[in-house]
Amino acid sequence: MSNSDFEPRIVAFLCNWCTYTGADLAGTSRIQYPPNVRIIRLMCSGAVDPVYVLKALLDGADGVLIGGCHPGDCHYQTGNYKARRRVAILKETLRQMGLEEDRLWLRWISASEGQRFADTITEMTAALKAMGPNPMRREWAV
Amino acid sequence: MQTTIAVENSDALAALRGFLKSLLEKGAVDALMVPLRARGGAVMPALVSDPALLDEADPLPPVLAINGARLVGALSIRPPRGRIGAVLRACEIRALIELVKLQQASLEDLLIIGLDCAGTYTQTDYAKMIQAAPEAEHWRKLYADPLAERPLRDACRMCERPLPENANIVVQLLEADLDVGIPVTLPDELGERLGLTPGASARRGEVAEKLIADRTATRDAVFAEIRQQLSSPEGLAELFATCIRCHNCMVNCPICYCKTCLFRTPAFDHEPAQYMTWAMRKGATRLPSDTLLFHLTRLNHMSTSCVGCGMCTDACPSEIPVGRVFRAVGEKTQAIFEYVPGRSVEEPLPVTTFREEELAEVAIP
Repeated sequence: MSNSDFEPRIVAFLCNWCTYTGADLAGTSRIQYPPNVRIIRLMCSGAVDPVYVLKALLDGADGVLIGGCHPGDCHYQTGNYKARRRVAILKETLRQMGLEEDRLWLRWISASEGQRFADTITEMTAALKAMGPNPMRREWAV
Repeated sequence: MQTTIAVENSDALAALRGFLKSLLEKGAVDALMVPLRARGGAVMPALVSDPALLDEADPLPPVLAINGARLVGALSIRPPRGRIGAVLRACEIRALIELVKLQQASLEDLLIIGLDCAGTYTQTDYAKMIQAAPEAEHWRKLYADPLAERPLRDACRMCERPLPENANIVVQLLEADLDVGIPVTLPDELGERLGLTPGASARRGEVAEKLIADRTATRDAVFAEIRQQLSSPEGLAELFATCIRCHNCMVNCPICYCKTCLFRTPAFDHEPAQYMTWAMRKGATRLPSDTLLFHLTRLNHMSTSCVGCGMCTDACPSEIPVGRVFRAVGEKTQAIFEYVPGRSVEEPLPVTTFREEELAEVAIP
């Protein structure tokens, strides 16, 4: 597949209170963004077990986005801070194991930032197109 | 208090046993967890209440069958518990400290007797050694010349923390002249209770320093080798190519304690149609499935707490160097938080805490 007709698949784990609502706002505001994202709603970015991310990446998702409330705004006070530590460990683990850590994005997007959500998906889709497909999608020995 | 346990007739083992017996006889503890010689020469940890049975104690078998931290956890997790003394090596104490922070063990009423560690052999190698020479004091040879090149366990060869940290009693075997006396550091109150008198202090000397330097060099060479392998695109799959997903590494890891672990559930008993989907998409799909997911998940969950005991490597029937990977990755994940596993019970586990201002680069605005 040439990169020009490659459409990346993004699995997005979004927190219920901020980023998911922000995505909703993008929709109700009729903001256009690429249809490359599959959204999974969780109650908090702190509820994203790293195994979800790893499963998606090893199964061939081209990118994983974790969306949470801005620091200080977590509905559960500290979930996003904990998510940030987990993502730091996860990215380092991926890097050490020779996997592409840049396929994993963590972004803070509030409920009022519909435009920012759309911009993030646009930006991520472009970045993943530049990276090309996740080699794990075709790797039989996973 | 610094003191020296006197050794008579060059019998250092008897001197150590005598010291342990005095802990029981003088009521310092109710029971001692210490390796005992079982029938056939094997050595396994036991909880000993009868001082007479300490005649079978082998506090320093040059073998690590199991990381004792898990066992101390079982003995200490909740009251009522006895006052226990636990004879542990440095890596076992580090694992214990991690387990305390994971709320799987308690230091309450626990007396940690830490031994300088000159390294251990695998169970299989040690079994052959005692079969060949049942009477030989194999442990003593290790301490007589701890710097000699030996086929020790992989984890021991690269262990740069052989001296006990966070022990109540430290038995300084690396400084000992085993024919004469064994230097011991212990709390004053306990020393008085045991009727010991303070002696000359045994300073950490050249042997320990040289041992740590040697092992650090080995460790760095191992890290370089593992990282070199992982830097190639095929490296990761190659490294775990022979994994049969038996979970032995997880079961034997002293830190990996979760009773509700996802990998102990039927989550990976996929529907037949799922395997077919993978096979169709990729042309083939590895069986058993999800082996890389298993190792990556464990690395991600546990590498910040990895104490480098290497039980995972010993437990692997496919001889995958699991412990090397954990240590190499752990060095990097621990560095993010300047966390050192087993250093202090006061230091929170990296994933249980946070700072408001940190890791800005992880979530670029």
